[in-house]
Formats: sequence, C-alpha cells, structure tokens
Amino acid sequence: MSVLDIKNVTKSFSTTKAVDDFTLTVGDGELVCLLGPSGSGKSTLLRMIGGFETPTSGVITIDGEDVTRVPPEKRPTGMVFQSHALWTHMNVFKNLAFGLKLRGLPADEIKRRVEAVLELVGLGGYGHRQTTQLSGGQQQRVALARSLVLEPKILLLDEPFASLDQHLRERLREEVRDIQQRLKITTLFVTHGQDEALALADRIVVMRDGRTEQAARPDVVYREPATPFVAGFIGTMNLVDGTVANGRFAHSGFTVPLPVGDGAATLAVRPEALEIVPASGAGMAKIHRVTDYGTHAIVDIELPGGVRLKSMTREARDWSAGQSIDLKPRAFAAYRDNAAIHRSN
Amino acid sequence: MARALTERRIDWTGIFFAVALTLVIVFPLLVVGTWAFTNVWRYPSVIPQEFGLKFWYQTLARADVWSAITMSLSLATMVTLLSAIICLPAAYAFARMDFPGRNILFFSFLAGHAFPKFGLLVAIAGIFLSLNLIGTFWGVVLIQLVGTLLFMIWIPVAAFQSVDRRMEEAARDVGAGPFRVFWSITLPQAGPTIAAAVLLSFVGTFYETEGAWLIGAPQIRTLPVLMISFINNQPVIQYGAVLSVLLWIPSFIALLFARRVISSGSFARGFGA
Ligand SMILES: Nc1ncnc2c1ncn2[C@@H]1O[C@H](COP(=O)(O)OP(=O)(O)OP(=O)(O)O)[C@@H](O)[C@H]1O
Ligand SMILES: [Mg+2]
Repeated sequence: MSVLDIKNVTKSFSTTKAVDDFTLTVGDGELVCLLGPSGSGKSTLLRMIGGFETPTSGVITIDGEDVTRVPPEKRPTGMVFQSHALWTHMNVFKNLAFGLKLRGLPADEIKRRVEAVLELVGLGGYGHRQTTQLSGGQQQRVALARSLVLEPKILLLDEPFASLDQHLRERLREEVRDIQQRLKITTLFVTHGQDEALALADRIVVMRDGRTEQAARPDVVYREPATPFVAGFIGTMNLVDGTVANGRFAHSGFTVPLPVGDGAATLAVRPEALEIVPASGAGMAKIHRVTDYGTHAIVDIELPGGVRLKSMTREARDWSAGQSIDLKPRAFAAYRDNAAIHRSN
Repeated sequence: MARALTERRIDWTGIFFAVALTLVIVFPLLVVGTWAFTNVWRYPSVIPQEFGLKFWYQTLARADVWSAITMSLSLATMVTLLSAIICLPAAYAFARMDFPGRNILFFSFLAGHAFPKFGLLVAIAGIFLSLNLIGTFWGVVLIQLVGTLLFMIWIPVAAFQSVDRRMEEAARDVGAGPFRVFWSITLPQAGPTIAAAVLLSFVGTFYETEGAWLIGAPQIRTLPVLMISFINNQPVIQYGAVLSVLLWIPSFIALLFARRVISSGSFARGFGA
C-alpha cells in the first residue's frame, strides 16, 4: 500500500537544471520505468527520492507523508546502485544482515529473513561467500536482496544491470519483474535501454532535459509517441521533416496525403509500416543497401535530399541496392510544434 | 615476466648496491648487537674476550630504565590515541566535505614540516614555558602530537577518498546514520591504510627525541632520551648498546604487523575489491 508522489520537483546544480518541474505519481505496486538519454536527470530524480539529493524546490511524498527533507536512513525506500556498492569487507550474509541489525531484530529472525531473501534471488546457500568471489550477475542479485530484505515501501533501481552482458541482463530483468509482481512492491526503475523499459514497465516515463516528455503504458508509448523525440527514442523510427500544402506532405519527391493545415510537419513512420514498391515513374527514392536478417530484411533507403529511411520487408531477394522505389507508409504520425497533429493507425 | 628474463643475467649494479647497503646498515647493527652481549672487549681484539648477559642484568636492574620504558610506552600510546581521535574525523572531513578554508587548512599541516624542526620546537618551548608545560607529561604529549599530525591527516585523507561513495550511500539507504556509516563502512574500508598510519605514528612517537628532550627534560625521560644520555655520559658502552637493542623491539614488532596489515589489504584489493 505505497504511493509515491512527486510534485513540481526541481533540482538545480550550479550550472544545470538536472530535473525541471517534474511531476509524477507512482501507484501502489506499480513498476514505472524512467527512460531517457544520458544526462536527462533520471539518476538525479531517483537520488532525490532516495534522499541522497535535496530538491531545490518541490515536494516528494510517500503514502501522503512529506519526505522531501528526510535523510536516506529514515526513508522507507531501498536503492539498488549501478555499481552494486556491496560492502567488500563483509560476506554476503553480513551485507544483508546489516540493515536488519540496525533495526534491532533478534539474531534468529535475521537469519531466517536473510536466508529467505537469498532464496528469492536464487542465491540460496551463498551467505558465507565473500562478495568479491561472486560474478557480476550474482553481485547485482545480492545488491537487490540487500534492499528487498528490509521490505522497503518503494524500490529504486538505477540502471542495475547496465554493466552486465545482454543475455544476463534480460534474465535478471525478468527475475526483477517476477519478484516485483510477487511482492507487489512499488518500483521505479531507471534505464536508458528502451527494450528494457518496454519489457518491464507498467508505465514508461520518457525524460528529456529533466522534464517528462511522455508518461504512458509501454504499448501507448510505442504506438503513439507524444512527441518526435519519443518517437525517435523508442524503437526504430523514420523521421522526415517536410511541408504540408493542400492536404499533402512533401519532402523532396516523397509525398503522402496528410489531412492537416498547411505548414511545416514531421512525419514519423516505423520501418515495419513503411511499405516499398518498385518505382512506377521516376521513383521517390533509391535503395542504398539491403540487409538480410533471416526472419526479415531491412532495406536502407535514401531520399533525394540525402535523408535515410529504413523499411522492414519479408524478402531480401526482391530488392537490390540502387533500385528506384516508391514509398507507401501504411501507418504514420505527423508532428508539428513538438505535438502530434495526425495519426493514421 | 620481465623479471624472469633479467634473472638469468648477473646484475652487478644490483649486487653492488645490495652489498653496500648491507655494509652501511647491517654492519653498525652488528657492532651494536655484539656490544650489547659483551662482558669484556678490550682493544685490539677483533672479537670480544667474553660474551655474556652481565650488562643486560645491570641495565634492566636500573629503576631509571624501567621508568623510561613505561614513560615511552604511555607517551606513545597517549599521543597515538589522541592523534587518532583528532585526526581521523578531521581527515574524513577533508576527504568528503567542502568547507571554506579547506585547502589552506589542509596545507597548513604540511607547513609545520616545512620549517627546520628544531627552530619550531624552540619557539614552541618558549610558549610552553609561559604555560607551565615544560617538563610535564602533557607538554611532551602536545609537542609529539604536532609531529604526528602530518601523516595522521594525509595518509587517512587518501584512504578515505578511495572509499567508494556508493558504499556509504548504500549504508545510509539501509538505515545507518552518518556516524554508523563512518564506523561500519568507511573505517573498515580504509582500515589497512589507516592502521599503517597509526602504526607509523606510534613508532615515530616512540623514537622521537628532540621534542621529548627539549620539552620534557629533565623530569620526563623517554627510552631514546635515556639511551642518548647513556651514550654521552657513561664510560661503559654496553649500557647504550643494550638500550638500542631494546629499542629495536617495538619497531620490529611494528614492522611485522605493518607487513601483515598492508599486504592483506592489497591482497583483498587484488581480488577486485
Ligand atoms: N553532483 C552534481 N553536480 C553537478 N551536476 C550534476 C551532478 N549530478 C548530476 N549533474 C548534472 O545533472 C544532469 C543530469 O544528470 P543525471 O545523472 O541525473 O542524468 P542521467 O539521466 O542519470 O544520465 P545517465 O543515463 O548518463 O546516467 C547532467 O547534466 C549532470 O551533468
Ligand atoms: Mg544515471
């Protein structure tokens, strides 16, 4: 039963505004992914929730209680750092028991809880190990367990698996998801891997320059990105700047019907929605390269103005470099002034 | 690997330095060591006429020797303890906090060692005289404390700075207050290096003579001061020799201990800590 409420939080460092008037409510048991490019303020936001930074302005509440200026040791939050930050002078058991000891729990209770949480993260019987004798994945599991064992109201993870290889990262994030669902723990997960966010989150918050660009369910963020920035950041997206005149979008020969008022616009098309056909006349574009991935092929297209697009097709054989083609977007969105003005789904 | 290659060739420069060092260091030690266990050694004999522990009995039977040993040990312990209590938190503040005047204060610890030490001591002795600290235990403690400040600040600052901040934050996160974090995380992490600094401070204080003599004389007599006075005033060489052998013991123990502490620390770090 824990709700995290962030209201108009701003954090300024001497030269930069790391987080800028940020507002977000994370519901009970919800897993929210903070997604954004490097320097967009994800870590700063998380550290303010954990108590390691004090907001310049704004309020953070947990279950209605104002914690904005509460020190980290008095907050019901648990943080998992990117560099596991395990205490190397203690073994695994002591790392997990430290927080419980501070709470004055009896020794047998500590033992029981540590063993249970080790079991939970798949490290049963590893208590006596030195932290330096563990693999990177195991160290991150211990770091997660160290937070979980204290049953925090809010779990904060700052790119916990960024230093691990792709395969391990996928496995661990599924485990985190399972554990989070089982414990129904309100979680904020920072990542700059969009696949991670799409796979994990109940809700994704895309951040840019310390502000929310879009906050929505993963499928909505993917299908209906609110801004060109989100469109370009999540998945692969073709973005073409052009002009609309008389209900038609045009960018050097590439034209699409677009029923909006005249003016500048940005067209956004996913590669899987960009159909290509052999040119009927002069052709809108030329194929630059064809890459066969077995299950599908990616065709790199070059528009006369030099803009590159990608199209996903079934067969690589049908296409060859240098070929003239026409483009037929099946589904697309159009943006003007950083907002969506049209969707043709 | 490079060593395996060079091992085959005979390194004459190396051998020369090894032999020279041995002569310069080991020979005097050998002479003093021999004197300490000599009952009779008259010119021109190359080796003593009579070995024995006669002068050990005589030296150790003296009340002034025992009071000097106790004095030296309690001085060194007190100075090291006070130095640790004052310097370790200060070093932590230097390592982790930013406050006005931080750099000036930090370098002022160096400045004390930039002057010729004896001149500084005489100046301090003048001040102590007006404070009635001359010839007192606490006067010597104070002067020796100043001598330990340098490495009890500089070495621990480096040690604290190398402790991962995230580790400290993780400890705050699980509920430890700032002091608990310092005690349970920062100090053990910086432990081996700090232990070396404490040891250095103890041994350095134990052998310190200038301050002890200038401020303490004649009431306060440490073992090294007593040894010097024996060497200067006694016609019998053996008293001084026995005391110097006695004085080796603490530094020898300290060396052994330091080796263990330091090598175990680097060992842990080698494992990827
Ligand atoms: N302690 C600090 N002092 C000054 N500036 C800081 C500090 N911490 C962060 N910043 C600045 O705030 C901005 C946001 O940083 P933050 O670490 O929150 O980004 P991030 O989204 O976590 O990036 P990444 O994905 O690279 O981790 C950056 O411009 C950074 O330089
Ligand atoms: Mg970050």
